[in-house]
Amino acid sequence: MGTSEDGAPARAWHAVVAATLKNNDVRLIAYVPDRVLTPLIACLHADADVTIFPTAREEEAAGILAGAWMGGRRGALMMQTSGFATLANVLASLIVPCQIPLIMLISERGVLGEFNIGQALVARTLRPVLDALAITHHTITRLDELEFIVDRSVRQAVATQAPVALLLSPLLTGGKTLAS
Amino acid sequence: MPHGDNAALGNAKVMNRFELTRRILAQLEREEAVVAGIGNTNFDLWACGPRAQNFYMLGSMGLAVPIALGVALAQPRRHVVALEGDGSLLMQLGCLTTVATLGPANLTIVLMDNGIYQITGSQPTPAASADFVALARAAGIARASWAADEGDCERLLRAALAGGPSFIAARIDTQPAVATTERDPARIRERFMRGLGVRT
Ligand SMILES: Cc1ncc(C[n+]2csc(CCOP(=O)(O)OP(=O)(O)O)c2C)c(N)n1
Repeated sequence: MGTSEDGAPARAWHAVVAATLKNNDVRLIAYVPDRVLTPLIACLHADADVTIFPTAREEEAAGILAGAWMGGRRGALMMQTSGFATLANVLASLIVPCQIPLIMLISERGVLGEFNIGQALVARTLRPVLDALAITHHTITRLDELEFIVDRSVRQAVATQAPVALLLSPLLTGGKTLAS
Repeated sequence: MPHGDNAALGNAKVMNRFELTRRILAQLEREEAVVAGIGNTNFDLWACGPRAQNFYMLGSMGLAVPIALGVALAQPRRHVVALEGDGSLLMQLGCLTTVATLGPANLTIVLMDNGIYQITGSQPTPAASADFVALARAAGIARASWAADEGDCERLLRAALAGGPSFIAARIDTQPAVATTERDPARIRERFMRGLGVRT
């Protein structure tokens, strides 16, 4: 992952995300996996302070996290682009109207060297759906901006009782290519 | 062994959803949370009168059980009851395996099985020969039973409140819900959070 300006080894993106979520008391993680998210999922599974589990569908995870929020516990949903594409109805009928600060971390597939035409096509629905529902979203491309964006986004979501989507670009994660 | 003498699907009595919901609520004495699904399950819960620990889900068909599971994970000392329709559960059957895998002791699922999508015009569901209790057991929820009648449902619920996760299925008649929930999602959510002691 290279070195930072002062010569110290830079932390990996997944370690930064995991630590920043925890610092904001986001300790309940539901996911449907994605290859790119594997190191993040593994590092959260290894953390005894975090409850992390897979669900059968992304919609189900959104429901669980909505219930947990109402019960006083913060959480985040991790998925890939195609998983987000299954969520329009529950965002429009539950998360947005109930003002649930759902934190969504989306591994951005379908761009910058995608090999799978289905991923490339479904990726085009991502930002239009978010914009149609006026859901705040940020595309994170740089390691040096990662902690700031995740930290401030979680705080804003909670303070304004609104969902947020953080799109993890291949520029940050390396993405997935045919070889990987 | 509370589930040893289960009723089979075929000899479970067909009950009324409002009447059963009323009886279920009467068993809840410890501020248990109740999450009711889209349409009739939340309409009949609403009809039973105001209760601060009730969540009425207005959209997001199929998510009553996941929402209840989330509440159960957040508040392990409070029991949570999900009231869900059969058509709705069919849309999110995978949630049963998640419940079984996480195994929250404080979660009970009550399925109101009328065999139809009643609220959209009573079309049949694509589950004519399915047994939902068998599905729940196969998903890994060992405490899963058909309620033979109203009294049996109360007995199963008492056992479920003592430790779950549990799944109780009730055959339901085709009477419509007796009231309609007020459509104000933000207010419903805020009232529920206050009822759960998350907000003051
Ligand atoms: C994703 C989605 N598909 C379809 C609908 C339309 N719809 C609303 S309620 C409902 C039927 C619910 O059936 P069930 O859960 O069995 O309850 P019942 O009406 O029989 O009480 C349907 C199909 C919807 N709201 N959302």
